Amino acid sequence: MNTNKEIIKVQNLFKQYGVFTAVNRISFNVYEGEIFGLLGPNGAGKTTTLEIIETLRNKSGGEVWVDGMSVDDEPNEIKKIIGVQLQAAGYYPSLNLTELLSLFSGLYNVDIDIMKSLKSVGLEDKAKAKFKELSGGQKQRFSIATTLINNPKIVFLDEPTTGLDPQARRNLWDLIRGIRDDGTTVVITTHYMDEAEQLCDRVGIMEAGKIMTLNTPDSLIDELLATGFTKQKVFKGANLEDVFINLTGHEWRDE
Amino acid sequence: MKKYSQLRAMLAIAKASFRSSTRSPSAVVFTLLFPLIFILVFGFISNSGGVRLHVAIDDNSDTTNAIFQEIRFNQAIQLYADSDSEIIRSLRKGDLDAIVHIEKMDSGFEVNVVTSDISVQNGILFKGMVKQIISELNLRAMPDFNLPFNMIEQPVIHGREYKTIDFILPGQLGFSLLSTGVFGTAFVFLNLRQTLVIKRFFATPIKRPYIVLGEALSRIVFGLIGAAFILALGHFAFGFTMIHGIITFLTMMLLCAIGLIIFMGFGFVVSGLAKNESAVPPLANLITLPQFLLSGTFFSITNFPDWLQPFCRVLPLTFLNDAMRKVSFEGAGFIDIWKDLGALGIWGVIVYALATKLFRWE
Repeated sequence: MNTNKEIIKVQNLFKQYGVFTAVNRISFNVYEGEIFGLLGPNGAGKTTTLEIIETLRNKSGGEVWVDGMSVDDEPNEIKKIIGVQLQAAGYYPSLNLTELLSLFSGLYNVDIDIMKSLKSVGLEDKAKAKFKELSGGQKQRFSIATTLINNPKIVFLDEPTTGLDPQARRNLWDLIRGIRDDGTTVVITTHYMDEAEQLCDRVGIMEAGKIMTLNTPDSLIDELLATGFTKQKVFKGANLEDVFINLTGHEWRDE
Repeated sequence: MKKYSQLRAMLAIAKASFRSSTRSPSAVVFTLLFPLIFILVFGFISNSGGVRLHVAIDDNSDTTNAIFQEIRFNQAIQLYADSDSEIIRSLRKGDLDAIVHIEKMDSGFEVNVVTSDISVQNGILFKGMVKQIISELNLRAMPDFNLPFNMIEQPVIHGREYKTIDFILPGQLGFSLLSTGVFGTAFVFLNLRQTLVIKRFFATPIKRPYIVLGEALSRIVFGLIGAAFILALGHFAFGFTMIHGIITFLTMMLLCAIGLIIFMGFGFVVSGLAKNESAVPPLANLITLPQFLLSGTFFSITNFPDWLQPFCRVLPLTFLNDAMRKVSFEGAGFIDIWKDLGALGIWGVIVYALATKLFRWE
């Protein structure tokens, strides 16, 4: 699990689009083996930050190292050890999943057992299905399968659960925890706080291009409570989502 | 760790992209179906055997004479019989080239030929034929008569038959390559950009030029398979001439590849200019339609007015069509068509310079 070895180092990262500052001199580290969450509302700069670390976007200033390599000097070496799931990823719509995974095994220069790969995300029944025929949750799971092909050290997941129903969301959480348990560092963005609380070892909360705070979810909650904050509504022992899951089940299902 | 092979990654993209194109209806339609339809149509209407004259004999004609028999059994003449008013109307419309009336006289026969100013050439031709028939019959009737001028018939030299398909097929093939190149490439790169397929590729270690090469390779293979199919069908079903057989076929394929690469450059330009999918067809049509009409796809560009011909002659498809006809029918090799190849090369440089400037990754 968490070894306290910094696998991603971000220092004074700065990104400007014209006059608009998307990322405003942020610094943070991600430790090897953790699930690190980047939280914040839409437009806070989460995706931009992620895409700079993934070497998909140039930065305007600051430094970023991934596993000791600078994004400026060795972008292609970095790409070999990371897996990237884009917020809206595209795949050739008319190819089936087997063909798509074979494409990505070529792109990463690795030989993989395609069925095993599909099985790891619960899509073994869909081997001959086309990408466009998958449901939202299946698409996200397939997308994660493509990020794992090169056996990466770090996996980046950009809002993987947006638009999914509660079951699909929980299935994805299990999948993501499994990836972490296999020793892969996971960096995830989300704007669902319950998700971050359940899933992330540490979270950074972004707003308007800045990181407002960074800690474990527990510590952040404790910090807030220490200021004397009380929730207006009295908590019951369960919430509506618990009711929903209890009634509709937790299994992976063909949505 | 094994060294990362860009080639392997590129081939993976080529393979995926090829699979994707074979499942795309529009790619198949443009590459195969359209040219095939045109070739079928022209394949069947061709070889009707040169000129055919449409002539009517009027009701009151004498039909017992030798002249009528000669006209009736002439291969080049299609003879009709109808009421007088009907045949006059047909002549006025140009459906008939001439009306003939043969009158029996005391001393022999008198032939009257009426022609129209609508089909002047065929009218003259028919009159000439009638004159020849008459003089031959006269000669036969008076074998002892000594004529001062005589023509001695010599055996006809058998030329290589230039069939309609020999003209049409290279034109259709060129057009198929043009559409595959322009539409195919433009749509594919726009789609890859819009569906973020290309962005997902960026997140893998493949370098950008290899992404383009992989996609391009798949389109070239796809286009060439289409070309081979068209050539084979034309040859076996409609007798399309490939003078040196397999050598000609291979030269044609190489020529197709060159043409396709240049036309794909136009596709890259279009995908760079087009902001979205609906902007592709107008831009792509702007490039393909004029060439479709003006590059000698269906008929020789000598049919166009003089002021238009210089423009027709510099279009890339014209050079490709000309080169393909020279190769297939005249048996020209690459050295013989260096002018066309050179012109295509210049087009290639211009188009790719533009494409590089306009190409957008995102």
